[in-house]
This record gives sequence, C-alpha cells and structure tokens, in this order.
Amino acid sequence: MATTQRVDPDCPPRKNGMSLVFDNISKIVGDEVHIQSMNLRLESGSFNTLLGRTGAGKTTMLRLMAGLDRPSSGRILMGGRDVTTVAVRRRNVAMVYQQFINYPNFTVYKNMASPLEVAGVDLEEIRQRVGRVAEMMHLEDYLDRLPAELSGGQQQRVALARALVKEADLLLLDEPLVNLDFKLREELRIELRNPLADSGAIVVYATAEPQEALALGGNTIIVDQGRILQQGLAAEVYRRPESVRTARLVGDPPMNMVEGTIGDATLRLGTADPVEVPEHLLTLSDGPYVFGVRPHHVRTMSSGTAEIEIGARVGLAEISGSETSVHFEYAGAPWVSLQDGVHPRGVDDPIGIYVEPRRIFAFDTGGALLAAPGNDSEAPVA
Amino acid sequence: MKPRHLLLVVYVVFLMLPLYWLLNMSFKTNEEILGAFTLFPHDFTLDNYRVIFTDASWYMGYVNSIIYVTLNTLISLSVALPAAYAFSRYTFVGDKHLFFWLLTNRMAPPAVFLLPFFQLYSSIGLFDTHIAVALAHCLFNVPLSVWILEGFMSGVPKEIDETAFVDGYGFTRFFLTIFLPMIRSGIGVTAFFCFMFSWVELLLARTLTSVNAKPIAAVMTRTVSASGMDWGVLAAAGVLTIVPGALVIWFVRNHIAKGFALGRV
Repeated sequence: MATTQRVDPDCPPRKNGMSLVFDNISKIVGDEVHIQSMNLRLESGSFNTLLGRTGAGKTTMLRLMAGLDRPSSGRILMGGRDVTTVAVRRRNVAMVYQQFINYPNFTVYKNMASPLEVAGVDLEEIRQRVGRVAEMMHLEDYLDRLPAELSGGQQQRVALARALVKEADLLLLDEPLVNLDFKLREELRIELRNPLADSGAIVVYATAEPQEALALGGNTIIVDQGRILQQGLAAEVYRRPESVRTARLVGDPPMNMVEGTIGDATLRLGTADPVEVPEHLLTLSDGPYVFGVRPHHVRTMSSGTAEIEIGARVGLAEISGSETSVHFEYAGAPWVSLQDGVHPRGVDDPIGIYVEPRRIFAFDTGGALLAAPGNDSEAPVA
Repeated sequence: MKPRHLLLVVYVVFLMLPLYWLLNMSFKTNEEILGAFTLFPHDFTLDNYRVIFTDASWYMGYVNSIIYVTLNTLISLSVALPAAYAFSRYTFVGDKHLFFWLLTNRMAPPAVFLLPFFQLYSSIGLFDTHIAVALAHCLFNVPLSVWILEGFMSGVPKEIDETAFVDGYGFTRFFLTIFLPMIRSGIGVTAFFCFMFSWVELLLARTLTSVNAKPIAAVMTRTVSASGMDWGVLAAAGVLTIVPGALVIWFVRNHIAKGFALGRV
C-alpha cells in the first residue's frame, strides 16, 4: 500500500493516524439496496481506487465518506472518531465530481481560494497555497479567468486544484476524468499521480475503467452490487482475481469464461479437444470447473506451441487503433479475442481460435479462484 | 421593399397604431382632440404633462403605484427564493402536489378575492394602505415567482451546492454569495413578472384603496367621471404609465423568453 507521507520542512505532516473506517455500513433508498453491510478501512495517506461498473455503489460510497448522505445503518469513523452524523461542512473533506463543478461567478483564483477563505486562513497563506497548487495544475495563466472561459480539461483542473488546495484529510474523486477526451484523460492522469500521492490525505478515486485503476495503482477495491468483492494492490487484484465476478470486472474487455472439466490428466476447455493439464493446474482434482482466459491471450493465429484450438464464427470484428477485437460465441458464452495488429474480418467468417493452456485461470463452479497462471507468464498490464 | 416584408409592415403598423394615437393625443389640446381628425398635433402642447407633474392627485397615483409594486416585488422575491430552493433541491411528502397547487392560485380571477380581502383589511385597519395592495398581489405573484425561480434553480447542478458544503460553506453564505449570483437573470425575470402583474392589476388595487394609496390606474378611471373628459391629460397619464414597464422590459429583455417558459428552456 502506498503510504507516502509528505516529508517537507515547510509543511509538517498534518494527518497522524487519520484512518477512515466503514463499520457495517448499509445504504438503502426506498427498497433499493445501494450498499450492503460494508466494512472497509482506509489508512492515512493511502491511495485507494474504487473499481466497479456504473451503479455498483461507488458514488454512494464516496457520498457516505463525504457525509453528503447518511448511512441507513452502521458507523463511519474518521481517525477513531464517530463521524456518522457529523455534517459535511464540519468534516475536513474535498470532493471532485465527474462533471466540471466550479463556482461560475468566481474567478479561478477565487474558486481555489474559497475553501481556505471559508476556513479563515489568512490571506498571505491563501495566496501561497493557491499559487503552489496553480503551478502544479498548470493554471497560473488562468487565475483571473472565469470557469466558463476555460476548456473542459482546464475546468476540471480547477476543480481538482480546489480540492487539492484545501489539504483535506479525505480527498474523494468520483470518476474525475471520465468526461474528458481520451488524450486529455491520459495526460491529466499522469499529472495527477504525484499531487494525489503527496497530498497526505486518504485519497479515494472511483473509476469504472479497469485500465485507469491499474494505471493509478495503489489499493484497489472492487465494488459490485453494493459489496466489496476484493481489495488489494492493483497488480495483485489483476493477477489473482478471487472470483469470476472480480475477474470480469478487472479486465477490459472482461475475461472470457467457459465451463470445462479436468479428468484423466487432461483438461477440456468447453467443447474443445482435451489437452494435457498445464503445470499450474496440476494440483486440481478431477471434476467440473469454470475456466477463464484473458482476451489478449485468445489468439486468432496459431503460435505453433501446445495450444487448444477452437473453431468459431466471427460475430463482430472491431479494429480500434492498432488492435483488433473479435467477438464470437463459444460453448454458449460470449468470448472476445483482443490481438495486436489490424486484421479485417467479415461477420460469420469461420475463424480458428487458439488458447495456450498455461494462460488459463481455473475457478470452481461456485466462481471462486482456484488457480491462476504464474506471474512470469503474464503479459504486461494492458 | 420586397413583397414578403409587406405583411410585416402592416402588422407592425397595426401594433403601433394605438400607442402612436395615445402619444399623439397627449400632445394635443382637448379642442383639437374633439375637433378635427389630425394625424399629428397641429397645436403642440406639453400642458397635459404639466398637469400630471404638478397636480398631487395625479402624480401621487404614480408614487402610490410604485410603492406597492416595489413592496410586492420585494416580498414576493424574499418569500419565493427559499421556497423555490426547497422545491428544486428537496423531496418531501406532497411536494409535487403543493407545487402544482401553488399555480392553481393563479387560476381564479382576482375578483373572487375582492370580498375577502376588502372585508379582512377593513376590519384590521389595513384598508387604503400600500402594504394591503402589495400583500393582496402576493397571492398571485408568489406562486408565479416560485415556479419561475424553481425552473432557474433546477438548471443549477446540485453538485455545486454539495461542493460548497464540502468546501465548508454555511447555507446562508453559500446561498447569498454563490447561488443567487448564478440565477441572477432568473431573479431579474421574476422581478419583472411581479412588477408587470402588480403594475397593471386594477381591480384589487382600486377596491382596497381610497385616497392615501390610490394607484395610477384607478386615478385614470375615476377621472373620467369626475371632471368631464379631459382627453389630453388622460392620454399623457397613459403614456407615463407605459414608461416604467418599458424600462423594466428593457433591462430583462434577453432573459424574458426563458421567464415565460417558467425558467425551463
């Protein structure tokens, strides 16, 4: 876990042991369960990513952390203190939304200064802190402008800057880059990395994109249907997803799944011909399993090594950039192959699909991970 | 001039004719008005206006009207702003019904409320005061103001409110320094609608006043029966009655369409 505590002579560490705890939190609105008995502990100075689909409960979690919503049951502790009923303005939090939210009638400077002015920080210190963050977020030239006079990316920079300048204990970001175009998103994500890590706050970054979670790193929390499925370092969660659900959530496109069996020292993937059981699955006993293969390990051309060959027909082929994804159906399940290079294919064309047994994940029929391919055989993170 | 412009010209002439005729009459003497048909004043005079600006029974009509219209606009806005905020930001039991019911207040003709207001104000000593008319007009202006302001407020993302609270703003400070400036055009339009209704409303204003708070619209109608027909002075009064409205419209002209759509464009 990244516990980067700022070591700066001008700025002594502010937060000592300020942890955030969800103690059996539920949030029920009407008869809809948004969050189901959730327990969570986030350490001071840690960088945390909430990864889950739209509607998984990420935003609800952030709103509960901020104090914008009250949980239906359970307690929220901040630095050991019960803050469940403490009003949002009495908690030291900062929040950035996916929409570009700024005060339209304030200049960029005033926007950034506003949380400090409200807190009664003296003018000289405000000037210094705003100046420092403005430089970090490349906003020095825009301080006198109104938000409406800035581009979308700049507007979001202002929102991020306002959150950073506050130096809150808890910094919440709700898919902050999702409304930006692809290039800007990459750029800002790279730029944000250090300020967020150095902020000394508990940073919680919600995203629906597995790539973003992996790129940001830190402590990754997989959320689905109001529950935490798995929590751990980003790369660790990616390499060893504990369940079929997690495995599908941390990959984009999601991991391909198919039922199969192991028996008589052979592995049978769906309806394909049996092959020798690969080394990492040797410990598994005979029986039915759910096997998973990442899309970029599903080849459309033979590599000549020991492979499982599958015959299929192209459902849809998409070329994006320098990659080609081929969607097809295999043993009743939707599969995707993602391969480098541009390979135009027509719908319904017959296609040979090749899977290396050493790339296969094995789950029990209940969906829990039993064996994952070894780290050395992993392709670099997408 | 192209033929397709002809219709437009005819329409504009048709619209402007009564206004022109009023202006025309206000610069004529009574003899000329009643005498020959003249397209412009042959005997140009400002006497009619002089009468209005020197005779207290005339100019006090304007003063009275302006006092209660201003009072009404201020009361309506200060009541409707918090109400509209509540309707746009919170859900509570019966909020939709209450919101609709507000508008139904405008569906009854003002005459319906004549008797209750007259009796009530007479018995509590509010009869013939500015505040009486201002309060009576609130019955119509507050609901409309709530509707218009709610539309404008709902156009402001709720996240701005939340960001302000996260930043540590208290409600009052947020409302005054951040929220109100964001909907200032809505406030302008609402003020205009309050002004417009209160300025032109005759029935309640006339019935609830007698001397001290008599509005200009009432002065104009009563003059007809009092001293014969003073056509020129009446026309001048009419022109002067249009002026404040025209001024207010000038200031909110860019936002008025949104106001007519109750802020929902």
